[in-house]
Amino acid sequence: MFRHSFLKMLSAAFAVSVLLTAPGAEAAPKKEFKVCWSIYVGWMPWGEIQNSGLMKKWADKYGISVDIVQINDYIESINQYTAGEFDGCTMTNMDALSIPSGGGVDTTALIVGDYSNGNDGIVLKGKKELADIKGQTVNLVELSVSHYLLVRALDSIGLAERDLTVVNTSDADMIAAYGTPDVSAVVTWNPLLSEIAGMPESTKVFDSSQTPGEIIDIMMVNTEVLKDNPDFGKALVGAWYEMMSIMSKSDSAGVDMRTAMAKASGTDLAGYDDQLASTAMFFSPAEAVAFTEAPALITTMDFVRKFLFEKGILGEGATSVDFVGIAFPGGKTLGDTGNIKLRFDPSYMAMAAAGKL
Amino acid sequence: MRLINQKVSRPAGFLLAALPFVAILILYVSASEVRLAENPQDKLLPSLASMGDAFWRMAAEPDRRSGDLLLWKDTAASLSRLGVGIGISALLALLLGVPIGLIPNVRALLSSFIATFSLIPPITVLPILFIAAGLGEVSKVALIIIGTAPVMIRAIALAVAELPAELLVKAQTLGASTWQIILRVVLPQIWPKLFTAIRLGLVPAWIFLISAEAIASTEGLGYRIFLVRRYLAMDVILPYVAWITLIAFLLDRALLKSSKRLFRWAHLSGESF
Repeated sequence: MFRHSFLKMLSAAFAVSVLLTAPGAEAAPKKEFKVCWSIYVGWMPWGEIQNSGLMKKWADKYGISVDIVQINDYIESINQYTAGEFDGCTMTNMDALSIPSGGGVDTTALIVGDYSNGNDGIVLKGKKELADIKGQTVNLVELSVSHYLLVRALDSIGLAERDLTVVNTSDADMIAAYGTPDVSAVVTWNPLLSEIAGMPESTKVFDSSQTPGEIIDIMMVNTEVLKDNPDFGKALVGAWYEMMSIMSKSDSAGVDMRTAMAKASGTDLAGYDDQLASTAMFFSPAEAVAFTEAPALITTMDFVRKFLFEKGILGEGATSVDFVGIAFPGGKTLGDTGNIKLRFDPSYMAMAAAGKL
Repeated sequence: MRLINQKVSRPAGFLLAALPFVAILILYVSASEVRLAENPQDKLLPSLASMGDAFWRMAAEPDRRSGDLLLWKDTAASLSRLGVGIGISALLALLLGVPIGLIPNVRALLSSFIATFSLIPPITVLPILFIAAGLGEVSKVALIIIGTAPVMIRAIALAVAELPAELLVKAQTLGASTWQIILRVVLPQIWPKLFTAIRLGLVPAWIFLISAEAIASTEGLGYRIFLVRRYLAMDVILPYVAWITLIAFLLDRALLKSSKRLFRWAHLSGESF
């Protein structure tokens, strides 16, 4: 009898698990979409696009609905997108290549929003020059853009990672860690960076303005969803650039918007404007298109994929740096053309630039 | 026959014990196959083969960056932290637990303090530890001690307090001093209890070890899991979790077995878990 009911329970558990993991019925075209974002100076507009009703306005125009969800943990938001919970998510070029694209989720860079132009930096305690980093213990979020920036910085002065010790440190603990006597070098991003660089005896010896255009912040969307539902792309791009034109002005509407974003990111208007100053925002779609079409992007992505491969995080079973293919405007590619999983496609931004949305 | 009176034969016992494990394995494999059929590079539920590959890679192939065999380096780092932490906790349990259980003045002095101290959620002390002791090994070991010592001290103190009063009276009528009673009556009775306390302490010790390694580290089992979490490497995370579970299980069994061998008299009632 015990055995009987046990089997019953087991089969019930099976049924439930099969239901849970069954692939969602392919229902193209979809009507409802979900994108996610996390706190970062260049992504704060997404929160306001949702709150101000701009998203609803543009989604209504195309007869769809788009839900913009804020996720507290950046990496968690990318993982959720990769797992298929969201149709799009904000992330950097580097994380897009290593997490969704490396994980086989074909991903398109829909809106190239900005690049870090000083938002990421290396701070030394008691030392004044980048070369002094040699032999030190460096605290940073390992395998993040900070790690990438460190490698690029070391490159520029002929050092390598083995000349120092990297300690993985959570960004949540970075400021407290920097306060302890045994931490003498950190790599981090804003707003932590400005906080740490402002402490006594601290010198910012390198920042991302010395490698401009390499740490790019993008709204990435699922390529298949975009292909089946171009209206989803149009609505997102339309809402984004309307917000860009509002917040880039210094009139009262622009100041109100930026104040709201400042508040949502835990600072004030002056603080937020400071962070914007070290961010190269593409307020106009034409700038973003030009950036995406420039050959420099290919050079950057080549650096990035080499970095990821060297650290062993370029996709599962990546046996060579060419494992994941990347497509650029004009039919140019990097890596395996049979396995293109990351696409830079400026066509939707170009529609915005031409006023055709 | 009523259910409660049915005896389980040995082979049936093994079969029943294996069932939940097999069931979860089948459940996992089928769910993983469904996802992999949709996207062969899916990272969320990797196949057993790719987890095996990843585990082998971690255990037997030198890391591209450092040339180390990561699994063994991580395991050694974590086990040494765990060993030092639990060792110090066990020592504290003996040094404080025995006097608290035996000597009324010490009990009056310390028992409420230890009881209160044990209520502090150890994780909340971690930022203080980091600021006070830096990010190095000291903080990680200290977290394990703070998390496990109070409970172990209380367990030993309770065990000492529960020693039959007759034993203590008898020892005194034979002329034993307090010191002699500790050495000749209390300690021999307490050893198996200390083993039990260590086994119970190991459970929270693992939690605090992994938490500490997640925050600032260059090696360790918890460090690796939280590092590769950044790119959703479930093929590394799941085998690491299984590996930690296996180590924890073996440690627990080893302690139980040695306790049974060393103190047979303490296991006469036939407890087997």
